[in-house]
Amino acid sequence: MATAQTRTLSRIMMAPAVIVLLIWMIVPLVMTLWFSFQNYSLINPMMTGFAGWANYVYVIGDPSFIQSLVNTLILVGGVLLITIIGGTMLALLLDQPIWGQGVLRIIVISPFFVMPPVAALIWKNGFMHPGYGMLAHLWEFFGLQPIDWFNQYPLFSVIVIVAWQWLPFATLILLTALQSLSEEQREAAEMDGANAINRFYYIIMPHMARAITIVILIQTIFLLGIFAEIRVTTGGGPGYASTNIAFLVFRTGILSNDIGAGSAGGVVAVVIANIVAIFLMRAVGKNLDA
Amino acid sequence: MGSISLSHVKKSFGEVQIIPDISLDIKEGEFVVFVGPSGCGKSTLLRLIAGLEDTTSGTILLDGVDMTKAPPARRGLAMVFQSYALYPHMTVRDNIAFPLKMAKAPKEVIDQKVEYAARTLNLSSYLDRRPRALSGGQRQRVAIGRAIVREPKAFLFDEPLSNLDAALRVNMRLEITELHQQLKTTMIYVTHDQVEAMTMADRIVVLNAGRVEQFGSPLDLYKKPANRFVAGFIGSPRMNFVDGPEAARYNASSIGVRPEHFTLATSPAAGTWKGKVGVAEQLGSDTFLHVHVDGLGLMTIRTDGDQTFSHGDDVYLTPDPARIYRFDAAGLAL
Repeated sequence: MATAQTRTLSRIMMAPAVIVLLIWMIVPLVMTLWFSFQNYSLINPMMTGFAGWANYVYVIGDPSFIQSLVNTLILVGGVLLITIIGGTMLALLLDQPIWGQGVLRIIVISPFFVMPPVAALIWKNGFMHPGYGMLAHLWEFFGLQPIDWFNQYPLFSVIVIVAWQWLPFATLILLTALQSLSEEQREAAEMDGANAINRFYYIIMPHMARAITIVILIQTIFLLGIFAEIRVTTGGGPGYASTNIAFLVFRTGILSNDIGAGSAGGVVAVVIANIVAIFLMRAVGKNLDA
Repeated sequence: MGSISLSHVKKSFGEVQIIPDISLDIKEGEFVVFVGPSGCGKSTLLRLIAGLEDTTSGTILLDGVDMTKAPPARRGLAMVFQSYALYPHMTVRDNIAFPLKMAKAPKEVIDQKVEYAARTLNLSSYLDRRPRALSGGQRQRVAIGRAIVREPKAFLFDEPLSNLDAALRVNMRLEITELHQQLKTTMIYVTHDQVEAMTMADRIVVLNAGRVEQFGSPLDLYKKPANRFVAGFIGSPRMNFVDGPEAARYNASSIGVRPEHFTLATSPAAGTWKGKVGVAEQLGSDTFLHVHVDGLGLMTIRTDGDQTFSHGDDVYLTPDPARIYRFDAAGLAL
């Protein structure tokens, strides 16, 4: 694109795609913003008109908002912790020359192909059900009282399910990073007298820093909006114990039929996501510089 | 300290035998070069000594101690890799200090040794840079620095100069030889470049298909090659070989004459080979003439730079009778 002519041409050629993308993004955002300042409740259709900040005050002022915010952060943090540590360990294992490596890799990746509601259902009924779940049977085998996971540890249960789904993603990215480490570097470290732990700490970890950063960033984007797993298992409860911001928006907007307050919650969620993004980029973004 | 002795070392990867049976004795303080064509097992042999590969059978003694099964770190050897294998996220200082840090040396000792290595290798002003910000030659020196600080029994070099450009390669060749004079530590150096082998080595091991073809000083190999392979491999340009009736006149199955052991004439004389000049490569100091000899094929002749033969000229070659190498049917020198 050196000449003025090719530059103009390229702009014209790209314009349709850019315009479609803009409309796609701008229209829903503007509509949400618009609704968030309107009195718009399906239960009370007579009440219409401009609401000012009332919807925002209602959403943010609600004690469940703070709890949802905290739950969101715990959910994101917990899943990140499990997937990064577990993913690193799995990647280290899968990097070993073992028989059936190819098949094993596919098996490890498979949870990622299971749709979130299905995964949640498998866990809800197959594993965590207090009556006929596998874990209940395991507890009974050891003569223990089975745990009612979704009532006793609702948020933890959701974290486990989501982590199970995202572990393959982290494993895959980290394994690729691990395999791109030059064999000679490992051998050099070995010659230099570094044992396995030192090799991991001084050579492998710094090499994987960038991949870990990418895993953190991508997963955070998706984990902030976790919905299906909560909807299928706990329904946000008991009380608000497993409600995150996304689910709170659903509760307010759809379950309570208050479109205005739901929209306000959505806008708040966007703001929160951006704040998290800024903090994240500050914290780990420097790893992305080549 | 630093004698290395291999006895009946064998190495196979599955069914493929890389090294059938090698026994070698490398003396303390020697600079030994493993040279051979690619795939001859020279790098594998070095990695066996380093401990990066397990021997299939045989023993490896370092300073008389059996180290065949010892892990690389315990062997007390240092290796410089072809890709340098520097740690990209560490500064030059940390790279050089790494082996000492792993050995849990006190900080003052580390600093002192790193300073010394940096001074020896002219790296003092680069200590706080990352490897990425260094040139090829500097990276090479960092890799050597990392090897020096460990004060190893022996240095192992795995084709360390093959990623450098020609001019730098000549420089580094000198620097490594100089370093050897200074440190007097045993060095084993792997290369496929026979010029590097000839210029640097105290003794050269010529390898072919996993076998030692000959082990001797550079001039021994040049003057008394044990077989046709060594004769053809050592010396640049390559030795010219002649088979058939012409060789039979010398009671051999084949004979070899080095390009530098000919006299040239423009008129016929007894015992000369007649040929036509093909390409003439003028190097200034020398000229390499590629001569199509009647009935014997293409030969390379080295002559001084002032010769003015041109393409298509007739030329008469007389091989120096004292410098004709004779080989039997199996390729062994007679």
